[in-house]
Formats: sequence, structure tokens, C-alpha cells
Amino acid sequence: MGRNITLGQYMPGRSVIHRLDARSKILLLIAYMVFIFMAQNFYALFLMTLASLLVVLATRISLNMYLKSLRVILVVVLITALFNLFYGNGKVLFEWWIFKITEGGLNNAVFVAVRIAALVLISSVLTYTTSPSDLTDALERLLKPLTLFKVKVHELAMMMTIALRFIPVLLEETDKIMNAQKARGADMESGNVFKRVKALIPVLIPLFVSSFRRANDLAMAMECRCYNGGKGRTRMKVLRFTRTDLFGLIVSLVIFAGVILCNMYLPQLVR
Amino acid sequence: MEEFIKVNDVFYQYESFDEETDAGYALCGVNMTIGRGEFVAIVGHNGSGKSTLAKHFNSIYLPSAGEIFVDGMDTADDDCLFDIRKKVGLVLQNPDNQIVAGIVEEDVAFGCENLGVPPKEIRQRVDEALRAVDMYDYRRHSPDKLSGGQKQRVAIAGIIAMEPECIVLDEPTAMLDPKGRDEVIDTITRLNRERGITIILITHYMEEAVLADRVIVMDSGKVLTEGMPPEVFSQVELLKRHRLDVPQATELNHKLRSCGYELPECVLNAEDCAQALYELIKGMSL
Repeated sequence: MGRNITLGQYMPGRSVIHRLDARSKILLLIAYMVFIFMAQNFYALFLMTLASLLVVLATRISLNMYLKSLRVILVVVLITALFNLFYGNGKVLFEWWIFKITEGGLNNAVFVAVRIAALVLISSVLTYTTSPSDLTDALERLLKPLTLFKVKVHELAMMMTIALRFIPVLLEETDKIMNAQKARGADMESGNVFKRVKALIPVLIPLFVSSFRRANDLAMAMECRCYNGGKGRTRMKVLRFTRTDLFGLIVSLVIFAGVILCNMYLPQLVR
Repeated sequence: MEEFIKVNDVFYQYESFDEETDAGYALCGVNMTIGRGEFVAIVGHNGSGKSTLAKHFNSIYLPSAGEIFVDGMDTADDDCLFDIRKKVGLVLQNPDNQIVAGIVEEDVAFGCENLGVPPKEIRQRVDEALRAVDMYDYRRHSPDKLSGGQKQRVAIAGIIAMEPECIVLDEPTAMLDPKGRDEVIDTITRLNRERGITIILITHYMEEAVLADRVIVMDSGKVLTEGMPPEVFSQVELLKRHRLDVPQATELNHKLRSCGYELPECVLNAEDCAQALYELIKGMSL
């Protein structure tokens, strides 16, 4: 435990997608999600799914990784599809007792399943190709306008950075404390759920105490390095929009236009 | 030597959360001066006030009474706060708790970013600082995957990137294995010699203190004795009385000497000790 954790599942690489500015990736991801939801017929959805698959291929990350993320949501997809199967109008295809599968229901089921899969694929692209630090950095800059409404954007981003930094540290610490308590005869593996949860209290208390101690140390270390909030701060890595971003934007706009055209001129889905 | 830090009759009392009991003074009347470019080791057993003092050098703690001047600036003066912290960097004991970012080079950049250094210059400073502590090859790594000694060197790089004139290290090797300890101490001595950075090393390893230009021994919030390492460590009895160790070689030499063997007054490391014994035995066999 602890040692092998991959946070945000970032996979370093040099592909086109990796080289995109983190800000454009976030914005484009949002746009893709919106358009996946906007697709109203199979043509539009097919276009968005195809686009997502092409983006996935362009990341040059092993497809197994994407399959893994799809497997996680397999149950959700199946349940949603199942429910949708029994909804809908149109020609009745199959009828048994109170269950009735219609053409619309079948359409719905397939549509929803494909839609969720496409959503998951495209969002995995963001987490796989962007390092957590770039992600927080980009979020800080994108949300900057909110400072006008007194939202503490810099502080939030800082908290995220520190949280990401300390998750592995705290996991390792939990492991150590658990071992220490086991060495004193604590039993954490037997008994029912309530017993096991209760057995975690001797782990959580030392963990909390040490976290506060760490926080105190960290605050001191940050002060030693002249940390004074976001004011007057510069960054080593400057995020910059490049031609790659422009290219990404143009390609995406073409796809989005395609979706709108499909929605407008091709037959609607029977539901 | 030009005076860099001046500690003037400093007292410090920790805040007591219990009104009834008096926390007592962690520092009671400390006086010392530290010269520019000097390598000073401050030693003392637990509770001697050495760590408390360390946190005074860059105004993390302010003296309850007395004053401290860093390059002429009073640490209690709020306007000088950032200038003082820019000049005096502090490295803490636990390497894990002082690394802020999830990537080595970003952590090293943290201090410079706070100072508002332009991005291009930060890049240069970070690369240079990482080379200075010999961690350049690890610049893209996550700190979790590093050893204790490597993490501590990253922490030192984070301070160096701010281009301080003085680095205070508060027991930087206490949580490290012997290899990590050597790495850190080598780095510190190199920084002192090659760049003339003033080093104040707080430690309870006497083997480390021996490497300094000057050793200051603290006990119950006061300076017990100070001087060049041979001067300090020749007072074996005094140190022992205050529950302090001397380097093993020094102790062996001292014991043999008190048995009447003709040995030098004070040896500081194993090599010198071996050499002295060799000479002694050679002399005896003749």
C-alpha cells in the first residue's frame, strides 16, 4: 500500500495531446462533454465517439489503460442501459409479462451506453495526459476571474497542490501506524463491519495528530521560503497557447459543427 | 571576520496554554555572533534550546527579550521580514514536511516564485541549485520516490535557489540513515567552501560538529562553551557532565591520555586518532 499509488493516473509522454496547454485541454474537455450530451441522433453521437476515439489514439497511451477506466464504469453503464431498455415508445419488439421492449427503448439503451463510454474516454484523456501540477496550475489561471467575486482561487489551488503532494505521504504513514498497532496486538482484520470500523480509531487518532504536526512544519517551511499568498507571485512554468492549441481548437470546431449539422439535418432518434 | 548575525542577550518563552504552570524559558540569555561565511555548529542535548534558537535566525520566532540582528536588521522589525528570510534560509529536520510541490523542480522553484522572480530566471536558478546539491538528474521525479538524504538535499536546493547568504539547518540529518547523512553533510560543507554561504548547523552528532569552523555548545538555554572544535572537544569532562557526547575517537584518545599515555591533547576523527596511536606504538617499540 502507498508505494504503488498513481495519482491522477498521469502518464508522461510527448504526444500532440500531451503537448496541448492544460488550459485548452480543460476547456476542450468541457466542450466535448457538452457536445456529447447535445448529440440527438446516432449520426451525431457516432461523430463524437469517433472523435473521442481518435483523440484517445492520438495520446499514444496503451489502450489497455482506457479499457481499465471503462471497466470501472461497466456496471453503471449496464444498469443505466437496462433501465433505458424498458423505457421509450415506438414499435414493440418484445413483450413478456410487464416487460416491454420497444424500438425507442433499445435505441435509448444503446445511446446512453455509448454516450457514457465516450464521456469516460474523453475525460480519461485529460487525466492521463496532464500532470496534476499542470492541472491545478491551469485551473488556478482559468478560475482567476472569480477573484473578482472574492473567491480565493490561489489558496484553493495551493490546497490542491499540497493535498496531492501529501496523499502518498499520509498513506505511507497510515501503513506504519497500522503496523505499529498490530504489533501491539490490535486486531483489524476480523469481526463484522462495525467492529472493523471501530478498530480503525486507534489508527485515525495518531494519523490526525501527526497530520497537524506536519501541517505546522509545512507552514513554517513555507514561511521560511517567503510564502505570502498569491500576491506578487510568479511561476517558473509559463503556460502558453501554441500552434498545437490552435490546431486542436480548429479540429474540435469542425467536429462540433458536424454535430450541429447532424442534429439539424439528419432524422431524429425514435425514443 | 565580518559580523553577520548578532544575538544579544536573548530570552525566549514558549506560550503556555495552561495559565497555572509557567513554561519556563527555552532560551535564557543567549549571546553569540556569527561571522559572514563562517561554518558554525551548534550542539546540545534535547531541550537545550538549540532548535528554538535556530528558528530565531529568520524571525520565525521572535525573542521574548533581547534582540537579534541579521546583517544589521532587527528580526523583530516587520518591514525587514522578507529581507531577512531572503538572506537566511532554514532547513528543518523532517524532509517530508518541508517539500510543498509534487515534483522536485517545482518545489525548488517555490521560494523563487514567492519572491516574484521572473520565470526565465527561476528556471536558471532552479537548475543551478539542483546541480549544486547534485540532484539535477532527479528534477522531474516525485519527491515520494526519493530517499531521505535526497529529499533533504532537495529541501536545501529550495533554499539555495533563493540565493541566501546564510543557511540554518535544524538537525537536518536526524531522520536520515548514515549514507543520507554523509550526502547532506558533504553538500553543506561544499556550499560553505565553494560559495562562501554562512552555515549554521544545529546537530547532536558530534562527528558532524567537528567539521565546523567553530562549535557552540548549548545547555539549558545558555551558551555553555564555544570555540574551534579542538578547543571544545578537549573539554571532555565538561561535556560529559552536561550529558553531551564527544566523537568516539576523541573519547578514546582522552581515556588513553588520562591513563598516562603520551598522546596529542585532542584528536577529532578516526584517522588522526589512528595516526596518533601509530606514532605512540612506534615510539614504544623502539
